[in-house]
Amino acid sequence: MTTLTVPLPSTLRTGLSRGVVEVKQFFRERDAVVFTFALPSCILIMLGFIFDEPLDGYADVHVSQVFAAGMIAYGIVSTAFISIGVGISGDRDDGTLKRLRATPATAGAYLIGKVVLVTVTTLAEITLMLAVGVVLFDLRLPTDAGRWLTFGWLLALSIVACTLLGIAASSLARSARSAPAVLNLPVLALQFSSGIFVSIAALPAAMTAVSSLFPVKWMGQGFRSVFLPDGLAAQEVAGQWEHGRTALVLAAWCALGLVLCLATFRWTDRRTR
Amino acid sequence: MAVIEVHGLRKRYGRHQAVDGIDLTVERGEVFGLLGPNGAGKSTTVEILEGYRPRDGGDVLVLGEDPGTAGRRWRARIGVVLQQANDSAGLTVREVVRHVAGFYPAPRDPDAVIELCGLSDKADAKLRTLSGGQRRRVDVALGIVGGPELLFLDEPTTGFDPQARRQFWSLIRSLAAEGTTIVLTSHYLDEVEALAGRLVVLAGGRIVASGTPQTIGGRTEESTVSWRDADGTHQVSVADPAVLLGELTGRDDPHLTDLRVQRRSLEDVYLDLIGESR
Repeated sequence: MTTLTVPLPSTLRTGLSRGVVEVKQFFRERDAVVFTFALPSCILIMLGFIFDEPLDGYADVHVSQVFAAGMIAYGIVSTAFISIGVGISGDRDDGTLKRLRATPATAGAYLIGKVVLVTVTTLAEITLMLAVGVVLFDLRLPTDAGRWLTFGWLLALSIVACTLLGIAASSLARSARSAPAVLNLPVLALQFSSGIFVSIAALPAAMTAVSSLFPVKWMGQGFRSVFLPDGLAAQEVAGQWEHGRTALVLAAWCALGLVLCLATFRWTDRRTR
Repeated sequence: MAVIEVHGLRKRYGRHQAVDGIDLTVERGEVFGLLGPNGAGKSTTVEILEGYRPRDGGDVLVLGEDPGTAGRRWRARIGVVLQQANDSAGLTVREVVRHVAGFYPAPRDPDAVIELCGLSDKADAKLRTLSGGQRRRVDVALGIVGGPELLFLDEPTTGFDPQARRQFWSLIRSLAAEGTTIVLTSHYLDEVEALAGRLVVLAGGRIVASGTPQTIGGRTEESTVSWRDADGTHQVSVADPAVLLGELTGRDDPHLTDLRVQRRSLEDVYLDLIGESR
């Protein structure tokens, strides 16, 4: 029989094919596309115009620029963590995962598909947010390679951590309908307590002590270090950019996210046992 | 070797014994029907055979392997048509059939499968624009595009209009004619009668009858003979209607009319069977 001799398609190949289909489906949901991409930029525009004054003690930097840099963290959380959490919940609900489960496609192929989707949407989101920042708030793109290198590893670790945590968090929601509500609450709480929607220097120490346990604070701090003059490091909790610690915390969340993912990933929702 | 062998299958949800000791054998090339009311344990049984659910007890071999532990190569040999699926709404029929074909080592030609399922006119339509019947035919296309030896159909025509059901049945018959073994669950009697070569009736997690659509539940044992004559209408149940027919027609009664011989309908048999178990 031919099926016994022909090798099964590899997980990578099937995963990339999943990725193509995921991206196609995402961009065909026009309202989801518009609102997913618009929300972080919209909040950036609001906050940017409300706080469009020079930063105290830094004549050449506006508060809006600080927001524009840190808000990239929110963009990543939005396209990686929330979109993936909600998306997987939906895949459980509408039969996508159940169908895949009955085929030779592996869970790994499914997750590669999600990684492709997250990479495409996150790069698009960040491009949009940087464009808004540059055009409206005079955000300056770095010219030296070192800052882009920081941007690179920060982006990679942030995407991986948020995606893995989004996959794990999709199991928290009982249904696709409740998923956005379940995922948005912790996300919004972290945006405020991590100094993304407010200036981190204005936050109580107890609040930043708690939010420092989570990735968002470090992502925001990291992106500020890429796009703001080094003098602004004094505004951070520790008074410096802390690149090493940022990398460590994010890497730890990647590891924890992977463990949570493997422990909690379910092909079906809780209604089927 | 049988395609499916099940002995003493059990599955419990909390305090509810959904499947309570089922034995089944399905041979290669058969269309096998699992008939029963909602909650009889049909879907649970099929989902265990498909590898979706763990079982609590019993021996199960599907294509020679235990579905609970079988791997990708085994899954390449089965096809599953889901009871309800709304996935891939933004993809076209051709895109999704081609995509799923790519999961398999030796898939059927996607365009030929689309043609076979009567979807050629809709090949470039997005799934969300299809009618219920067309959507189910996509599910069948996705179930067979891998070229399975064994196809599971769980309540395939729920919600179909009569014409769509007939079209669907002829599709299933053509698959069976190609040699695909088919396991069909349904609570529609006429569907099982039209398609299945052999069936079991499930009720309360147990098999209450098994046989062919012609013989199940003792259908051949008694016939009802009814007629009208000068005295009015008569109806008699007999084991051998030929004797009575000979007697009736031998009378040369000019008033004899409406003479009918009917086997008990599958519906009568079925309602008796599931009624007994309640």
